[in-house]
Amino acid sequence: MNSLIHYILLMRFELIALAVIVFLLLAKIFSEKLNPSLLLGFVNLALVGMLGVYCFGAEGSLFGGMFVMDKMIALEKAIIVFATLLIMLQANSWLKTQENYMEFCLLLFSVLMGMFFLVSSGNFLMFFLGLEMATIPLAALAAFDFGRKRSAEGAAKMILSSAFSSAILLFGFSILYGTTGSLDFSEIRDSFIGSPLQLFALAFIFAGFAFKISLVPFHLWTADVYEGSPVAVTTFLSVVSKAASVFIFITVLAKVFPIAHEAWVPALVVLSAATMTIGNLFAMRQSNIKRFLAFSSITQAGYILIAVASSSAQSTASVLYFILIYIFSNIGAFTVVSLISQRTGKEEVADYKGLYKTNPLLSIGLLLAVFSLAGIPPTAGFFGKLFLLTSGASAGLTALIIIASLNMVASLYYYLKIVKAMFVDKNESPIEKFSSDNSSRIVLIICVAGILITGFINCIFEYIYSLSIGL
Amino acid sequence: MNLSLFILVPVLTLLGILLAKANLARIIALAGSFAQLGLAIGLLFSYLALPETSHLAFEETHVWFAQWNINYHIGIDGISLAMILLTSVVLVAGVLVSWNMETQPKEFFFLLVMLATGAYGFFISVDLFTQFFFFELAVIPKYLLIANWGSGKKEYAAMKLALMLMGGSSLVLIGILGLYYFSVQAGSPTFDMQAIANLNLSVEQQLFIFPFLFVGFGVLSAMFPFHTWAPDGHSSAPTAASMFLAGISMKLGGYGCLRVATWLLPDAAREYSDCIIVLACIGIFYGAFVTLRQRDIKLMNAYSSVSHCGFVLLGIGMLTKTAMVGAVLQMVSHGIMTALFFAVIGMIYQRTHTRMGDEMGGLFKVMPFLGSVFIIAGLTSLGLPGFSGFVAEMTVFVGSWQVPDLFHRTATILATMSIVVTAVYILRGVGVTLWGPIKNEFAQLTDAAWNEKLASIILVASIIVMGTMPWWLSDMISKTTETLFGAVIK
Repeated sequence: MNSLIHYILLMRFELIALAVIVFLLLAKIFSEKLNPSLLLGFVNLALVGMLGVYCFGAEGSLFGGMFVMDKMIALEKAIIVFATLLIMLQANSWLKTQENYMEFCLLLFSVLMGMFFLVSSGNFLMFFLGLEMATIPLAALAAFDFGRKRSAEGAAKMILSSAFSSAILLFGFSILYGTTGSLDFSEIRDSFIGSPLQLFALAFIFAGFAFKISLVPFHLWTADVYEGSPVAVTTFLSVVSKAASVFIFITVLAKVFPIAHEAWVPALVVLSAATMTIGNLFAMRQSNIKRFLAFSSITQAGYILIAVASSSAQSTASVLYFILIYIFSNIGAFTVVSLISQRTGKEEVADYKGLYKTNPLLSIGLLLAVFSLAGIPPTAGFFGKLFLLTSGASAGLTALIIIASLNMVASLYYYLKIVKAMFVDKNESPIEKFSSDNSSRIVLIICVAGILITGFINCIFEYIYSLSIGL
Repeated sequence: MNLSLFILVPVLTLLGILLAKANLARIIALAGSFAQLGLAIGLLFSYLALPETSHLAFEETHVWFAQWNINYHIGIDGISLAMILLTSVVLVAGVLVSWNMETQPKEFFFLLVMLATGAYGFFISVDLFTQFFFFELAVIPKYLLIANWGSGKKEYAAMKLALMLMGGSSLVLIGILGLYYFSVQAGSPTFDMQAIANLNLSVEQQLFIFPFLFVGFGVLSAMFPFHTWAPDGHSSAPTAASMFLAGISMKLGGYGCLRVATWLLPDAAREYSDCIIVLACIGIFYGAFVTLRQRDIKLMNAYSSVSHCGFVLLGIGMLTKTAMVGAVLQMVSHGIMTALFFAVIGMIYQRTHTRMGDEMGGLFKVMPFLGSVFIIAGLTSLGLPGFSGFVAEMTVFVGSWQVPDLFHRTATILATMSIVVTAVYILRGVGVTLWGPIKNEFAQLTDAAWNEKLASIILVASIIVMGTMPWWLSDMISKTTETLFGAVIK
């Protein structure tokens, strides 16, 4: 009996996701009689419930170490769920108008389930299972606007490039298996000696991760997919799926390859510098706001790598903290973008000219989100970024710190361009005044509150820090 | 006295402006800025009444992020107190000058007070992280102020200013993180300036960090060759923003060079002092000669600010006690003087709708009050005794002359000579705008309104108080200079 409860507690997130999936499948049969608002409300409630079960702390592993759960992983899952909840709320009014809203939820929960297994994995087999379970429905989600050519194109690009990256990852795993005789994280760590072949495997695994987190030079799919997908999916891709990949990346580096520290730190430094610089250069030239946010999210991933490369308890905590803040800022920005795109169909930066005159509150929301992405005080982004840099500084990554600081100035240029469009530029025919739906309002309020509060309140960082582990 | 009031009162003012209706915003802004002025004066008296202080007065420490050893640590000494006084005076004058702001007054005053919040926080922080937080807080509002309410090539100027200042602040950030790294290596990670000053960093470490910090702050104080944002920014900004920019923001830079870079890295300051002096002299001369060529009186004052801020850097670079005291005095004096200058230029522009000196003429006949204020600002700028400019520049020169070798003497002589150039452009500027025959279209212009008079009187009074009774200020500063820079001064 006790072991059953223990089992349920360990897999609490997954079981709820599974229940929702089963329920949705059954509900699909009667879909004609169901009220979309009711069903979406139920789905949101399930997500809130998942946040609630975060409080039951149970640690341990299942299935012979395949599935691991500890406080840190629970927190990571809670962050994923929280972001998904915000995105669901943001998409609420849009989903109601969609015929296939149920499939959207179904796919989304399958992705979530995959991500839970991914984050919890203690074995490369489980890792791969989770990864594929998360990726394939995600590609379907990217093609959700299947009437639009761009959406289909984006999804095709995504499925091809993720299949390619999965192949690369598998190749890395297979070499690793060949040299160590195991796929288990701790067994690999024990028999990892840093031989050339093992480092070769490490390089492949790195490349696979770089695809998933869309690091330069493996970033080329990002912008097209982001542009083609519906805004809710773009938000999910840029926030949740990036977060999940970063979480497992940190886990793998800390649990499997601590010995190869010397090898992967320089690699991360190079990837990080390239990612932030190239991401910046591309972001400067974008005129479509979704593409722009896509490249800005590439740059942000570059900043995250600074802390990943410094690999201490403090830096792990700052990555989680940064991702939490990034969720607030990016979802905040995307909420405004999605509202405007829904009401007017406009997605160009130039369309935002004079927005402040007609929709002051939305503009201020976007302003705060953009400033938080740029790391300008008093928004939380400032703290997030400085903690990443500080953890880099404590590890002595001098060159990377210098490159990152200069990149932050360069990124200011394009963030200010959006601010300028909204607040400074005159426009003959600005986007007209409209009132937003309640669920988007709630998301925006949560995000703005998060952006303004998360930095000043030290207990959030302290809490994350108390759970985090270093090398 | 509780120093946190200097954060709390501006923040409350900000909230008040945010919640108020548009026409009420200016009243709240004015009330808030007067409250801050009152606080600053109160702080001055309670500081002067203190018995001998070791270094920091009214200290307060709260742990902010324990994991990084980041504390909300505030405290003041003579130098920061002088800067706080300057900020509060300029803020009051700035709010008064923009009293009749018609386009989006609420947003305007919000950003203005936000700048002041950043400046206060910067001057009272002892923890580098906290200080940097406030430092950046004081940068971005300027972009919006200039781009929204400015004139001329405002968008270009605003973007240039924002990027250059953020560039400067990113160099500062690198410097701060470098200091943090060295403190990690020394086994006691800290952002606290006092702790870092006691860390005894090796000369190599100091030499590595110093350029980042000094140049980073130097960008803000328009150090040659990073001064190019200043003329564009100042001349495009709306009046109150120019006052703030030249009066306070450039002082953030000077203060940072002195109170952060030179204090924390004394050995490096000694090594680099020659470079600082050379750059300062170039800035002084280049600024002065470019000013000579300007027809636009606002641009004239913008360039002359570059030249005058050169004296600050010169004073710091000379590394004698007197010169450093002079540098701080020059920051205060120039801050008030240039705010007055920009204020009066803005007032004249509002009436004549031109900033070209030679298109005006004879304005003294129709606006004697503004004319007199303009003359006072000009005379302060060229260093006439009795006004604050004289006290400040004289102290810098006397301090510089104390270093007896040829290089320093030459630099001092060169810097002194720039005063002649200053006299040329100031007197000519005053001459073409105020004297001579008045043009017909200007004959009906009115003199200053009450808010403009009040702003001018506050600034002129500060100039005269400082010019005739400089001792309370200079004593205070020189005590602090002795404590902070005992190791470095020659």
